[in-house]
Amino acid sequence: MAAPTPSPATQADRRLPKKGRVRQRERIQIPEDAGPIVTRRLSKRYGDLVAVDNLELDVRAGEIFGLLGQNGAGKTTTILMLLGLAEPSAGVARVVGFDPTRDPLEVKRRVGYLPDNVGFYDGMTGRENLRYTAKLNGISGADAEEKIAAVLDQVGMTARADTKVDTYSRGMLQRLGIADALVKDPAVLILDEPTTAIDPIGVVEILDLLRGLVNERGLAVLLSSHLLAQVQSVCDRVGIFAAGKLIGVGTVPELAAQFGEEAARIEVGFEGVESRAYAATSKTLRSIPGVSEVRPPERPGEPFTILAPRDRTTEVREALLATAASAGLRLSSIREIVPSLDDIYRRALHARGLAGVRGAAA
Amino acid sequence: MTAETSVAPAPIAPVRDRSARDAVRLRPGWITIAGKELADHLLSIRLYVLLVVLGIAALIPLYFVGEDVRSAASSASGYPAIFLYLFAYAPQGVNFGPLSFTVMAFIAIAAPLLGVAFGFDAVNGERHQGTLPRLLSQPIHRDDVINGKFAGGLLAITIALVVVLALTTGVGMLRLGIIPHADEVIRLLLWLAVTVLYVGLWLAFGMLLSVVIRRAATSALVGFGVWLFVAMPFIGPLLVNLLGTFLASGATSQAEYAGTIQWVARLLPGQVYAEASAALLSPNLTSVSASEIYSAQAQQQIPTLLSFDQSLLLVLPQIVILFALMVACFALAYARFMRQEVRA
Repeated sequence: MAAPTPSPATQADRRLPKKGRVRQRERIQIPEDAGPIVTRRLSKRYGDLVAVDNLELDVRAGEIFGLLGQNGAGKTTTILMLLGLAEPSAGVARVVGFDPTRDPLEVKRRVGYLPDNVGFYDGMTGRENLRYTAKLNGISGADAEEKIAAVLDQVGMTARADTKVDTYSRGMLQRLGIADALVKDPAVLILDEPTTAIDPIGVVEILDLLRGLVNERGLAVLLSSHLLAQVQSVCDRVGIFAAGKLIGVGTVPELAAQFGEEAARIEVGFEGVESRAYAATSKTLRSIPGVSEVRPPERPGEPFTILAPRDRTTEVREALLATAASAGLRLSSIREIVPSLDDIYRRALHARGLAGVRGAAA
Repeated sequence: MTAETSVAPAPIAPVRDRSARDAVRLRPGWITIAGKELADHLLSIRLYVLLVVLGIAALIPLYFVGEDVRSAASSASGYPAIFLYLFAYAPQGVNFGPLSFTVMAFIAIAAPLLGVAFGFDAVNGERHQGTLPRLLSQPIHRDDVINGKFAGGLLAITIALVVVLALTTGVGMLRLGIIPHADEVIRLLLWLAVTVLYVGLWLAFGMLLSVVIRRAATSALVGFGVWLFVAMPFIGPLLVNLLGTFLASGATSQAEYAGTIQWVARLLPGQVYAEASAALLSPNLTSVSASEIYSAQAQQQIPTLLSFDQSLLLVLPQIVILFALMVACFALAYARFMRQEVRA
């Protein structure tokens, strides 16, 4: 039996800093009780090109965090640094309590990773591929078979597990990739573009699967995507990433409040309002205190759109109910529109003056 | 796009106790990788094609030289190390121009194919399949990948060469009806070890190509091109010989002339390997230096036989050179691989 693993602190102390850049890393302190993924001033430069620029990231346990940005924004570079597969130019990262640059093995033992465009050995079956991964993680024998069967079941690949991987569709490879990342029983799952090149139904299945895993296993998930709308629904929090910088972090509504339109949009649907009654109805709606603008439906059957200041939406909604009742309008729906992540993303880029700017690292 | 409510962040889950797994000492990653590589090679069509090629390369000269030995058997009875004649001597009356028609020489041509075939797609194949980032994200060191692949490849090569050697020895015993002496068996095993070293050099070269060249098809083409040039006696050795003749034109004696040509020929590792195998397989070869052999012939020295350890000592420099070349080639591949980006 090996001696108990020394704490990361003592392990770090044993090595003396050799280069200036290491010494600089030493100065940045990350509290011990930080979340499973923390970065402070993490940067990666390729020559003159800054792929990741002073990134400050915090992913909490039990949440799905979406790292969203265009291709080339630096998402994959960030992920590779978190796994110790690329060395940061400056700054520190702490993943499951370890510095990936110093203790990459400790990190990789506890972090499941689904790479962008995941691949498997063609000549082997799905199960054989997972067996190899298990072996590399020191899991073998009955223990491995049990784990492999469990994760295959979890991703719904049991039926095809014993066919050769070269017969798999892209979506099946992606699921097998998730199973592969889960074999080691990770505390953190890092998924790089998990929904790219998958049909819409496959995307929903994969996102449902992720949500289920988080609820079931309580692990933290960091996923990167450039398909903002797709992952919007599954992320607890998102970070908007552009040109190597995190330009906004929070839940989608929080980001909407930060970067969205000034006015909130409320959609109101009425039953039996003919198009000739639009003008009258609009006038009634405009009379509600707080409403700044009313847009009638563009096609029959669509709802009216009301713009109101963000801080007065509750008031407006209540008044709307009362007004509708007194005016004899039969209200069929009322809902506040949260702007799409695509909108927020565009606005955030403009707000930061980064519109049109692309990082160079894919 | 609508969202009625945002999902509240889940409560922070307690970090699970992993001390049990940490206590388990992991098997070094390169052993696992070497095991997988070996299994891949042993199940590959490549190996069986190459076994057929090597088998044919060994058995054709073996057949002819076997005829010769049989016909001369009555007069050669009691002659030591007659079994090794099967490997080291060309049959009378068969002329292949620059190609010496011996088992030894044919193996020297065909065996490097094993190295190139097992090495050329070692790293770029993983890149192409998209398995490299996944592999590197497992708890292994990066050099475990290249070390394991080299170890697995070398083991597969050893197995293939043992099979071919066992086959030729078996056929040889059947044809001659004699059993090799212990001394001859040791010489054959030494020759096998040097051959593994030589093919290991080609494996390291193939892996270097697989690290440097992104496309497996290109690295295969380069690898087999170099093989054709270096290992086939028609192009590289012929050119080197020409260069040697040119440089030796000012030689004052026949011995110096032969010596210069040999030194230039040693630019190709095949020559170094050929000298080592010649000495190991022919006990009556008391020198591998062309100039010494020439002067010995001129002085008509009495032929003597060396024991296997004396032969080994004779070609130790050659063996060390082969080893050094293999290590250098592998070190280059290793260094390049360690510096490469994980992404393609």
